[in-house]
Amino acid sequence: MISAVAFYIFASIAIIAALMVISSKNPVHSVLFLIITFISAAGLFVLMGAEYLAMLLVVVYVGAVAVLFLFVVMMLDVDFVELKQGFLRYVPIAGTLAAIVVGELIMVVSVWVFPSDAELARAHPSPKAMEIVSDPSGPNNIEQLGLILYTDYIHYFQIAGVVLLIAMIGAIVLTFRTRKGVKKQDAVKQIGRKRSEGVEVVKVKTGQGL
Amino acid sequence: MEIGLGHYLTIAAILFSIGMAGIFLNRKNVIVILMSIELMLLSVNINLVAFSQFLGDMTGQVFAFMVLTVAAAESAVGLAILVAYFRNRGDISVDDANLMKH
Repeated sequence: MISAVAFYIFASIAIIAALMVISSKNPVHSVLFLIITFISAAGLFVLMGAEYLAMLLVVVYVGAVAVLFLFVVMMLDVDFVELKQGFLRYVPIAGTLAAIVVGELIMVVSVWVFPSDAELARAHPSPKAMEIVSDPSGPNNIEQLGLILYTDYIHYFQIAGVVLLIAMIGAIVLTFRTRKGVKKQDAVKQIGRKRSEGVEVVKVKTGQGL
Repeated sequence: MEIGLGHYLTIAAILFSIGMAGIFLNRKNVIVILMSIELMLLSVNINLVAFSQFLGDMTGQVFAFMVLTVAAAESAVGLAILVAYFRNRGDISVDDANLMKH
């Protein structure tokens, strides 16, 4: 009962906030509503029993991605009112397409049935699975995830690391620029300097200036 | 009332459609388009976790983990492209981003 109430609260907040993300005039408000959507989704994840992913969603999305969005929105000096032009013109087609997609997806979901053997497997889990599930000291969500992430899916895990590394390098390369007029120490130039370039011996005749 | 798989899939479907509509509505504003893509990826994650939970298979959560990683990388690179574009052009209007055509 309480989980049903929590589900409806999180779900309605997520949907309303998502609608505000795409319809609000100010992109800063959009980012803030995006944060609300992610936190509500994290609540839904907790209700589904995926605690680790819920925490990951809060840390990665709210802590990193949303703050990155906020940085960019506030850093770029853009006239957002001008970008908002033509918004109303696209409302009919966007609304129609979204209604079609959501209608089709809900139709699919409403007639969804698990294959009978999957239902059977759910209804009669293997004795080992039952032993794990019924043991309160057994592995919790994060332990279960770790048990398969670092064994069966170790290569996927490493590729995820490579993806993040490449994204980091890409972001740095894309935003890197050399500013003009900045004085910097050039070590190679300093070491390559010879005595003949640095010192000049001048013979000055007595009584004459240089 | 029992909350089942269908409820979560419905929420994910609605969020996905909202993200899709957002791309159409904010055709000029790249930042909101990126946010709409994040919404769509979030709905995919909800689907993966819901199936993982209701089939009793942790693999779905591993997949959601990978989607999360790629989404974070995508938004970082997308925003970096946006910053570079803004430096070159002085605005971020998508309508003007057709230099490759000419």
